[in-house]
Amino acid sequence: MSDRPIIDIRHAAKSYGPLEVLKDISLQVQKGRIVAIIGPSGSGKSTLLRAINDLDPLSSGEVWLDDIQVNKALPPRQYETHINSVRQNIGMVFQHFNLFPHLTVRDNITLAPKMLKGISKAEADQLAVEQLNKVGLLDRIDYYPSQLSGGQKQRVAIARALAMKPKVMLFDEATSALDPELVEEVNLVMKQLAEEHMTMIIVTHEMGFAQDVCDRVLFMDQGVVVEEGPPEVIFRNPSNERTKNFLRKHLKGQH
Amino acid sequence: MGLDFSVVPAFAGALFSGALWTIAITLSAAVLSFFGGIVFAVIALYAPLVIRYPFRLFAWLFMGTPLLLQLFLIYFGLIQIGIDLPAFVAGVIGLGLHFAVYNSDIIQAGILAVDKGQYEGARTLGLSRIQTLRKVVVPQAVRSVVPPIGNNMIALLKDSALVSVIGVAELTLSSQMAISRTFRPFEFYVAAAACYYVINLGLEAGLRRIERRIQLAR
Ligand SMILES: Nc1ncnc2c1ncn2[C@@H]1O[C@H](COP(=O)(O)OP(=O)(O)O)[C@@H](O)[C@H]1O
Ligand SMILES: [Mg+2]
Repeated sequence: MSDRPIIDIRHAAKSYGPLEVLKDISLQVQKGRIVAIIGPSGSGKSTLLRAINDLDPLSSGEVWLDDIQVNKALPPRQYETHINSVRQNIGMVFQHFNLFPHLTVRDNITLAPKMLKGISKAEADQLAVEQLNKVGLLDRIDYYPSQLSGGQKQRVAIARALAMKPKVMLFDEATSALDPELVEEVNLVMKQLAEEHMTMIIVTHEMGFAQDVCDRVLFMDQGVVVEEGPPEVIFRNPSNERTKNFLRKHLKGQH
Repeated sequence: MGLDFSVVPAFAGALFSGALWTIAITLSAAVLSFFGGIVFAVIALYAPLVIRYPFRLFAWLFMGTPLLLQLFLIYFGLIQIGIDLPAFVAGVIGLGLHFAVYNSDIIQAGILAVDKGQYEGARTLGLSRIQTLRKVVVPQAVRSVVPPIGNNMIALLKDSALVSVIGVAELTLSSQMAISRTFRPFEFYVAAAACYYVINLGLEAGLRRIERRIQLAR
């Protein structure tokens, strides 16, 4: 029982009209594990990640979080209640942060906990302080997103997701929109989460980072998982030709 | 008979009281038109069709008929079906709903312009559709359309003169009453115009202040 996966994707498939974006993908992630998904642009990485919280519903297949099926077929009303409660357990971090520009950093972090967990204002403030401490931005608590750098915005976005105490964190190219000199501060926060054994699925273009923090790497191309394994194997000794080609392009110029 | 502005000070009290009524009716109707505009925008975009279609007819009537007629209808017409509103209330409702319909159009555009990522950010945290709309989308939409809504509010101030016809002793009616006592239309219309101008300056200053306050928060 103890190695039952916390995330279990079974035969996920997704099409947009004739375009098959995901083709029968299965993926299990154990508690505390960190999985990286790499692959060329358009290979379906985001679609797969966004299927996990049903932001992009699958055409077929199942997604399970612990013992709850995320993409359960329910009447619209019931589905809305179901998915909202499921999503509270799945933190998601986007390439473009998606912070709420009309709210301060504090309110960005406390909005959802206040509305969904019925906590008091004092508890919410405490939560904001805690999470901001974690990402090293306590001094920015009363700033608006427009007053932050990209790296700071992403760290706040991570703090906002963590404030819901999720069981899993999903990262969709969290550093791709950042200036190179701001990437490291976000990576550091993610590494720290890794040390705390947060379960994470990380879509990334940074092979060095994937190599450092991940237990397992999936290489996706054209809607299928072409190859997967521990980072040592995928990065040093890939067996598939497509993986080799992709890595040749992407490792060039790194380090 | 030359111009003689020395007749004006004797009616300063009446004009001042008229200006206060103008301010009161403008601010009340502005608040109604703002919140009404938000409600109408949400109805127009999201309500079920059985509500949306009748609402469109209602909105179209408000945009397609003269405000003056709407005021007459609310003040004089409703009495016949047993709704006897004080003139001030009828004026606020008429002006407020009329401009709410115009504000609604602007706010709808603002809502549609909110980035898709904002919905995703909110929904992934577990907020419901309605919570997302209320706490994330509408507040941003409203902030983004403050300038055009502000223009509507200035138009509202000017159109508030129309409520003089249903007997609210605001600035225009006050100056007309002074004219009927003194037969000095030029002096008193100019005095009233000066008052409108000053109120307008105040309104614009208020709007600029709001714009400055939300500048960071968008
Ligand atoms: N809403 C959509 N409608 C049609 N095609 C889409 C849509 N979203 C994504 N796609 C297509 O699905 C494929 C996979 O996209 P995505 O998952 O974003 O890839 P990745 O994240 O690996 O770059 C791409 O070919 C993309 O054009
Ligand atoms: Mg992507």
